[in-house]
Amino acid sequence: MTGRKTFTRRRLGHTAFGGAALAGAALLGAPLPLREAFAQGAPANLKVGLLLPTSGLQAQIGQACRRGADVANDVFADMKMPVKLEIVNYDTETKPDVARTQAEKAIDAGCHILVGAFDSGQTIAIAQVCEQRGVPLVVNIAAAPQITEQGYKFVVRNFPTAPMLITGALSLHKEIFKISGKTPKTAVLMSVNDTFGTAMINGIKALFPKLDMPYELVDTISYDVAAKDLSVEVAKAKATKAELLLPVSRLNDAKLLVQEMVKQRWEPMGVLNPGAPGLYEQDFLKTMGKYGEYMISNVPWLDPKSAMTQALEKRHAAKFPNDQLDLNGGFTFEGVLIAAQAWLAAKSTKPGDLMEALRKIKIDQHVMVGGPIQFDSKGQNVNIKAAAVENLKRKPTVVLPLESAAAPLVFPMPPWNDKRRT
Amino acid sequence: MTADFLLSLAQAITKGLLTGMVYGLMALGLSVIFGVMRVVNFAHGEIMVVGMYLAWMGFEYLQVSPMLSLPVIALIFFGAGYALQRAVISPFIGRPEHQQFLLLLAIAILLVNAYLVVAGPDSRGVQMESQFDSYELGPFVFDAVRVHAALTAVVIAGLLWLFFTRTRTGKSIRAAADNNLGALVVGLDVRRLYAFTFGVGAACVGAAGALMITIIPVTPFLAAEYTLLAFVIVIVGGLGSMTGALAGGLLIGVSEAVAGLLLQPSLKSMVSFGILILVLLLRPQGLFGKSGP
Repeated sequence: MTGRKTFTRRRLGHTAFGGAALAGAALLGAPLPLREAFAQGAPANLKVGLLLPTSGLQAQIGQACRRGADVANDVFADMKMPVKLEIVNYDTETKPDVARTQAEKAIDAGCHILVGAFDSGQTIAIAQVCEQRGVPLVVNIAAAPQITEQGYKFVVRNFPTAPMLITGALSLHKEIFKISGKTPKTAVLMSVNDTFGTAMINGIKALFPKLDMPYELVDTISYDVAAKDLSVEVAKAKATKAELLLPVSRLNDAKLLVQEMVKQRWEPMGVLNPGAPGLYEQDFLKTMGKYGEYMISNVPWLDPKSAMTQALEKRHAAKFPNDQLDLNGGFTFEGVLIAAQAWLAAKSTKPGDLMEALRKIKIDQHVMVGGPIQFDSKGQNVNIKAAAVENLKRKPTVVLPLESAAAPLVFPMPPWNDKRRT
Repeated sequence: MTADFLLSLAQAITKGLLTGMVYGLMALGLSVIFGVMRVVNFAHGEIMVVGMYLAWMGFEYLQVSPMLSLPVIALIFFGAGYALQRAVISPFIGRPEHQQFLLLLAIAILLVNAYLVVAGPDSRGVQMESQFDSYELGPFVFDAVRVHAALTAVVIAGLLWLFFTRTRTGKSIRAAADNNLGALVVGLDVRRLYAFTFGVGAACVGAAGALMITIIPVTPFLAAEYTLLAFVIVIVGGLGSMTGALAGGLLIGVSEAVAGLLLQPSLKSMVSFGILILVLLLRPQGLFGKSGP
């Protein structure tokens, strides 16, 4: 008799099972940071969890965001960046509770960094998970100030806060008047009455006196976000005889608004969107045709003069020929770009190293209008600038700042039946 | 009061009247069905939304204007309404009201989910040049689409009135509505008349849907709002009364437009419901309804 042990298939199975069980138990019993380390290992690629509302109410915008990320690796290759990311998509279903669950799922699946999530509510839910789990979050789009005011250590935001959006937009108004030599004396503010619209109205009213605007706000007209008819609202705005319309709209109400303006033959000096969606969106431009021309949105936008923007536009047009690249795609692409640059700088996928790199990052070559991407001590990029984007030839076109302008500004807006509208 | 304000007020009333005529046509279908069969169609808005989708599809895929597809849609709706009544609703006539309510609610839910499957959740609208047109008459500007829709609604209501007062079938339906037992005694085929009535009501709703798509885009979840609106109109006008449905439509249309001008536009629905509460308190049978026995 010998003490030699023989391995049968059953014994091998038991041993393998026992080993796996032991490893699993060790993993489950390990402290949280160690669990993250186990989960993440040391892979060669950076795994980015992209969290976006690709279904539900915000699906259309969520998908526009995702398209920006979908072409990111191709653009990096075009720009000779020595990086290829593994981007894993997670749908937040436009619900903060799902966003939280998906963030946890992404981290459990070994994502080293998260990017998302278009909406402030969903982003806050994800930020809390990232903070608890010690995984960096790069915010692509979300304007609620508290995201960078709560002392989060693992969150950076590459999007302006709501006050930054409004200040940037209203400051550009002065530049528009200065360049065109025409300054309206009165304006009417029309806004949806949802959370976003109400926040914008309150923000505009609060910042208006501080910014020393050259025109007077003669009325504020709010309406339901699901409005089916804006004839009364437009009649009321027209009756104020305001020279300028400031619409805080979404897509469908923006269409109703312009239809009514044309029908009621109201031709103010201009329609200047102070930072809301709607007027620059593809569906608006397509359905409004010549009546959608010459409307100006003062929003962060893609810098047409940047080589990286040109590469992004080319790749986006090739992959999604029927979809317009807008700020949603642009900021999401930049979110992924920030993750890639942080990885290149950190030379590691460890959360602490990535976060350290994010804090020190300075990205000169990017796609949105503004200075280099850099984060202050709160994690906010303060170099983002608003651009004046005018609808010209059915395309949102940067007209200001002049250094990024792709076409000259047209202001005041030509009348509805002007022959320049074709 | 300034001249500008009076002009705005007159403009709002005119716009309210035009919209009210389409509202009236929409509510007419609900009123006709209830007036004859004593069945409250809780799937009313959902049926109208089917009309909107059909008109949208005609425009999108066949390039046919909703105004031109309207008669075809009305005809399809008549047939579908007739069949629905004979196959599904007829057994529920005379049953407790909660059973009728659940049946029609189930139909409504099925329809909403069918829109989602077929057309998806996005809003669908028709884009016609006339949607940017308006007619100018002195200081007044009339929205072209609303004028067309209102005139069509008036023509349809007129045809419906002729049908009920001048044709044998129409008179038989009224007889069955007035005295069901008497109608059976004189040998009228009441079951067929009920199905015919449901078909006529559905045709009105389908026509209203085809008109409505020229004014607003359609989404699957639009229906509930219009079911509620139709109920407000017929309760204010008098459930079962055709004149009441039309008058209720005009009243709600004008009150919403004027409220939007005088108060905040976002408060205009509040005024409609305020009127509803007042009518229920002061004249529960509605403005043109008959009081109960």
